[in-house]
Amino acid sequence: MSRFRARVRVMPRPSILDPQGQAVSHALGELGFAGVDDVRVGRAVEVLLEAATADAAREGALKMCERLLANPVTEDYVLEGVEPAP
Amino acid sequence: MKVAVVRFPGSNCDADAWHAAAAAGAETTYVWHRSADLGGADVVVLPGGFCYGDYLRPGAIARFSPVMRAVAAHAAAGRPVLGICNGFQVLCEARLLPGALARNAGLSFVCRPVTIRVESDATPFTARYARGQVLRMPVAHGDGRYVADPDTLDRLEREERVVFRYVGGNPNGAMRDIAGITNEGRNVVGLMPHPERAADALLGSEDGAAMFALAGVAAGV
Repeated sequence: MSRFRARVRVMPRPSILDPQGQAVSHALGELGFAGVDDVRVGRAVEVLLEAATADAAREGALKMCERLLANPVTEDYVLEGVEPAP
Repeated sequence: MKVAVVRFPGSNCDADAWHAAAAAGAETTYVWHRSADLGGADVVVLPGGFCYGDYLRPGAIARFSPVMRAVAAHAAAGRPVLGICNGFQVLCEARLLPGALARNAGLSFVCRPVTIRVESDATPFTARYARGQVLRMPVAHGDGRYVADPDTLDRLEREERVVFRYVGGNPNGAMRDIAGITNEGRNVVGLMPHPERAADALLGSEDGAAMFALAGVAAGV
């Protein structure tokens, strides 16, 4: 078994209103940042896990996304990477 | 009638729900979320609060509490389950109800009385109300915006499974002004407003009291 770090990005689905993103967008405008068209706020999750291979770690991480890390009604997820961890 | 009020770490309307159920004449008990059974309850209430600090998403962690297996079995057997506010969020995360509760459109935590209309009297919790009846009770939530895909929304409407709708103002941007829904079997109901906080005239409204008076509900029914 080896240790891996899986990096997951969870974002609100495009069809879902993102009031957090709107508020951040507004605040950026207030701070004088010009040209900000849109902001969306999601979350990044890092999971350290033991698995036999990187593929097995990837498979495990995807199951975690489906079951818990993202809500398919409101969020999309991307498994950004699985890399060996110390 | 035996009512079990489930307590998660972070539940904070459990005592109010207990009081409302007891005032309606039910033998009422608390069930800790680690419990694997509901102690023979006829009716389960998942109360409001912020279980597990709303970490990840409201209800996302609570959904995996051991008691939720018992709640799912209770629901699958056609027996009544009521989820209020955070309880509604837990029921959606547990897929016992369709859709999800997202961050309020206005971003602010909304804590005030709202007006809702009873859209269906075909659930055990609304049988004592008339369809079209207008109720006044408080909301208190930051994540109460009901969302679902258009097909699910159309299906809910077609099957008359929208149980409550906000009227005279939508506090959170919920799609189609939905305040509460029910499952296919019509035994599981979730709503964002708090009937237990409007269950006694002393609280300013007793419109919610009838939701806890489930006539004719007994073991096995």
